[in-house]
Amino acid sequence: MLTAVAIILDGLSFSAWLFLASAGLTLIYGVMRILNIAHGGFYAFGAYTSAMFVGWYSTTDGHPALVYLFIFLAALVVGISLGLLIERGFLRFMYKSDEVLMVLVTYAMFLILEDATKLIWGVDPYFAFEPYAYLGLVEIFGLPYQIYDLALIALAVICGFLLWWGMNKTRTGKLLLVVIEDREISSGLGINVAFIFTITFIIGATLAALGGAVTAPKISVNPGLGVEVIVMAFAVVVIGGLGSIGGAMLGSIIVGFARAASVHLLPEVELFAIYGVMALVLAIKPYGLFAQVEGRKI
Amino acid sequence: MIKQWDTTEKALVVSLPVLIIVGLLVPDWIQFFLQVSMASGLVALGVMIQARAGLVSFGQGLYFCIGGYAAGMAGHFWGISDAFVLLLLGVIVTLVIATLLGFLMSRYREIFFAMLSLALSMILYGILVKAEVLGSTDGFNLPRTTFFGWKPEGDAWNTATFIFTCVPTIVIAVLLNRYLRSPMGYIGEAIRENEIRLEYLGTSVKRAVHIKYVIAATVSGAGGVLAAIAVGHVDPEMTYWTTSGQFVFIVLLSGTGNIVAPLIGTFLLEILRIYAVEFSPNTWQMILGTVMLLIILFLPKGLWSLINYYKEKRKS
Repeated sequence: MLTAVAIILDGLSFSAWLFLASAGLTLIYGVMRILNIAHGGFYAFGAYTSAMFVGWYSTTDGHPALVYLFIFLAALVVGISLGLLIERGFLRFMYKSDEVLMVLVTYAMFLILEDATKLIWGVDPYFAFEPYAYLGLVEIFGLPYQIYDLALIALAVICGFLLWWGMNKTRTGKLLLVVIEDREISSGLGINVAFIFTITFIIGATLAALGGAVTAPKISVNPGLGVEVIVMAFAVVVIGGLGSIGGAMLGSIIVGFARAASVHLLPEVELFAIYGVMALVLAIKPYGLFAQVEGRKI
Repeated sequence: MIKQWDTTEKALVVSLPVLIIVGLLVPDWIQFFLQVSMASGLVALGVMIQARAGLVSFGQGLYFCIGGYAAGMAGHFWGISDAFVLLLLGVIVTLVIATLLGFLMSRYREIFFAMLSLALSMILYGILVKAEVLGSTDGFNLPRTTFFGWKPEGDAWNTATFIFTCVPTIVIAVLLNRYLRSPMGYIGEAIRENEIRLEYLGTSVKRAVHIKYVIAATVSGAGGVLAAIAVGHVDPEMTYWTTSGQFVFIVLLSGTGNIVAPLIGTFLLEILRIYAVEFSPNTWQMILGTVMLLIILFLPKGLWSLINYYKEKRKS
């Protein structure tokens, strides 16, 4: 019974983390057709900035609850500044090149970002456990659980809702859906595609940074945490179908629960569980569950 | 089968004795360096022949590592130290694994191919890091290699392994050049251009990709064995994404124009690395990334395209 509760809670919290880490990746791909490997770099920057802000804040004697504001602030700062810099500074000059080349471009940027984190924050680990410890524990069906983890689940749900609401209920969001459908025709209809691209990229980058920022209090922030995320996020996004937000949600739930179940029942096969699920889905649906059929050019 | 030897093949055959003599004359550390570059150059060749078909493998380190670990485990656990047996074993193991994984990989192109190969290599990394029998992140050492029962010591061992690296590298390079000039090799380029037309012409693209994938993997596996023999040590770093990234980098830098290009590219990169690491250890990836961006922007076909450019210029 206790194990079942643990699997459900851990599954939910893994899923929440995975969704936060992968939503930006799939959004950027869906709109811009760029598989953004630098996503892992944004995540790492978010984690470091958040750890740094939390570190600063805990040396002041402000109210401990306000520290959560700084986590969000860190995500916004990183997402907007890095997103703008990379999209406006580099990527917009390369939109005409093909998808594989864009992977190489973002890969190169990821390499640069990886070393940039080392140069800025050094190679020693950062700890920012205060926000994690502050919320304390709650007992759920006899299992003590970190409230922070539960809050992350809520955050993922809120983010998912905001993304859905933003895309379906706002004007910019509707324009975005049109751009996804057909880039050329929407630009012919007078939609400012360049602007939509910039907005999308910033939102995607902020989501990645947010994923890192909220994870920072739970871990020791080390160099190299970005690559794990990009590989994991790719697995999630591929299961759901590249470019589909709903797919990312379903993918994170599947992977999250597969991982939680294996951690509690068979810890040795944890990695296999994640990629085994991916291989299984791909064996049945080669391009993911919610992938759209694409025409091939002759 | 093509009977004529083209310029590249002739050059490669001539370069073999030259390479060996130069290797024996230069100081030990340069010789070692050449040896390691040849071993990893083979992996770059694996990436390159896939790049000919428009397939970017972000996880070629997977087979580099499998080859190295196959040889390493045979040496470490079974006490096999014969270089020839190790090489054969490493090649067979990669061949089998690549044939199996090829059924999955040959279904994909472009970014899916790139990312799935990355995912596969990172799975192996995850497994190796957790495997305490295999020394986790530290890896383990290989026993000193022997050659048909001959157990050289000291300098003689260095020379023997050096020659043992040169010969397979050149032979593989010649064979790969042959492959690229064969109908099967040209199909690769056609795949990059237009798959559907190729299918209309009656070729199975999936089969061609599968064969290419297996060849690339086997060559990389051989590179892994040779690297393991040269260094005498294997660790999970061989299948880490940065290692794979460097092979992609080499191919991007040198271009896919000629089979020799990635081999020279590897050597240049290794030299660059030695100085870069000494100069500032934490910016190596940043340098790689920056050079990569510059190449993509200004020299999309790699350094080898410069040679062709000047050839054309002289003609006209």
